[in-house]
Amino acid sequence: MGEPLLVRLIADGPPSLWEWIARNWDTGRVGSIKDLLGDHLVMSLVPIVAGLVLALPLGLASARWRWLYQPAAGVFNVVYALPSLPVFMLLISVTGLSKTTVIIPLTFYAIAVLLPAVVDGLGSVPDHVRQSAVAMGFTPLRRLVQVELPIAVPVVLAGLRVVAVSSISLVSVGALIGQGGLGMLFTRAYQNPFLPPVVVGIVLIVALALVADGLLVLAQRLLTPWVRARRAS
Amino acid sequence: MITFDAVTKRYADGTVAVDNLSLEAPTGEITVFVGPSGCGKTTSLRMINRMIDATEGRILLDGDPVRDIDPPKLRRGIGYVIQQAGLFPHKKIVDNVATVPLLLGWDRGKARSRAMELLERVGLDPAMGERYPFQLSGGQQQRVGVARALAADPPVLLMDEPFSAVDPIVRTSLQDELLRLQAELNKTIVFVTHDIDEAIKLGDRVAVLRVGGRLAQLADPKTLLSEPADDFVREFLGHDRGIRRLQFVGTDGLRLRTDLTVPAGFSGGSPEPWVLAVSDDGRPLGWLRGDGGGGEPEPYGTFRPGRDSMRSALDAALLSPSGCAVAVGADGKVVGVATREVLDAALAEAADG
Repeated sequence: MGEPLLVRLIADGPPSLWEWIARNWDTGRVGSIKDLLGDHLVMSLVPIVAGLVLALPLGLASARWRWLYQPAAGVFNVVYALPSLPVFMLLISVTGLSKTTVIIPLTFYAIAVLLPAVVDGLGSVPDHVRQSAVAMGFTPLRRLVQVELPIAVPVVLAGLRVVAVSSISLVSVGALIGQGGLGMLFTRAYQNPFLPPVVVGIVLIVALALVADGLLVLAQRLLTPWVRARRAS
Repeated sequence: MITFDAVTKRYADGTVAVDNLSLEAPTGEITVFVGPSGCGKTTSLRMINRMIDATEGRILLDGDPVRDIDPPKLRRGIGYVIQQAGLFPHKKIVDNVATVPLLLGWDRGKARSRAMELLERVGLDPAMGERYPFQLSGGQQQRVGVARALAADPPVLLMDEPFSAVDPIVRTSLQDELLRLQAELNKTIVFVTHDIDEAIKLGDRVAVLRVGGRLAQLADPKTLLSEPADDFVREFLGHDRGIRRLQFVGTDGLRLRTDLTVPAGFSGGSPEPWVLAVSDDGRPLGWLRGDGGGGEPEPYGTFRPGRDSMRSALDAALLSPSGCAVAVGADGKVVGVATREVLDAALAEAADG
């Protein structure tokens, strides 16, 4: 361990990279690349979905009762501002060294981004559109589902793209408590300086983020053809 | 029929938007609420479909108090058109128009074909149905707004400054279109505007409201112009009331002279100061001096007797050096000339009656 870490990692060279991947992809034991990839997916997707499911009603309530918005947004911003490590420490006493300990703070982060997105999205519904929906005899629930939420979709999806990418990247912090998904590859490389795990970790995390972002862009195109129509005109 | 029975709208801060308003909007007619901003015209309109509830008094729809009807149900039976059209940006034009039929539970196919039919009816290409609102001009969006309001064939139509946001040429064509539609459909329409000319053009009855939501006068346009109830109404009507009133005076009774036309090659010899040169197929070419002097034909103005008003006839007369208005038929051919004397007599009669 006399040489700097990076020099030793790079000196290792590519030939052993594929070899290492082939050997570690599916060992059938905890800690194989496949296993870590699965963990990573779970720990990033659950906060994205849970964040959206929780931010929607919270955003609807905040749009309906404006006084609620600032305190609610404040709480989630404060949680967002807390460093991950003490948050983990706090949670370990309740949820232990489990995936849940990683998922809970990430869900809060997701809400911190999505709550304003939902509120702004509902705020993007032009007043004359809302008025004409009322005048045509929409019931409040039907107006929300058929008019206001669809018009809010582009703004909410923009927030969701940020959440998806940051969630996938942030999971690796969980390595601090032994639950980092692909992030475990980085701590492993620290303990035993060796390039392939680092490369595989970075490439897979970036690839996951790109795939998630691509899927959301696709969803946006399918869900909101009227936004593209607007740009084309 | 829509009846306002001593309706008052007072807000929590004490502001009175509408003050003891009583009037009737008769079935099959256009009733216009007109007045300066703050006169409560939009508030009055919105109390009909309960987007705002009256504080005191009652509003009756064919005798039934609207207060007793569940708002969504009430509104589905009342068409509503607003200034910016209020189209749903995320829905295609055809689905925008089909909105109320779908709310009423029609099946999708029937609602869509009804929507297509209505697009045609308001003068739009049905192919536009597949576009989104952002791809349409302001005037086209407003037509879609009218089509959407008519989709479920409601007996009542509320229109809140629907044509204020489009340019004057489009506005005129939308107004003409509305009058044409109304002649076919005979809806009970309540129309809100701040533009007195629009009120006079469209209204069967015009309710002039003053600031504070009090009714200043309710009358047909002609009466309004000739007998304004007070200084407020007089001032609101503007300066050229007399001239504008002429648009309600017909021209079918005018005695037309047919002995003032001459062929294109006319070279003088008439005792009249001016004669009208007419082409071989009977169309007007211009005024010539009766003694053959002058040369080129001078400008002329035309009107269609029976269809156009005295205002048009007078306008036509003022456009030509002879002071006479050229009467033409639907085919554009000259049917006669209304001379200064004839117009004068008709004006004197209009001033009396």
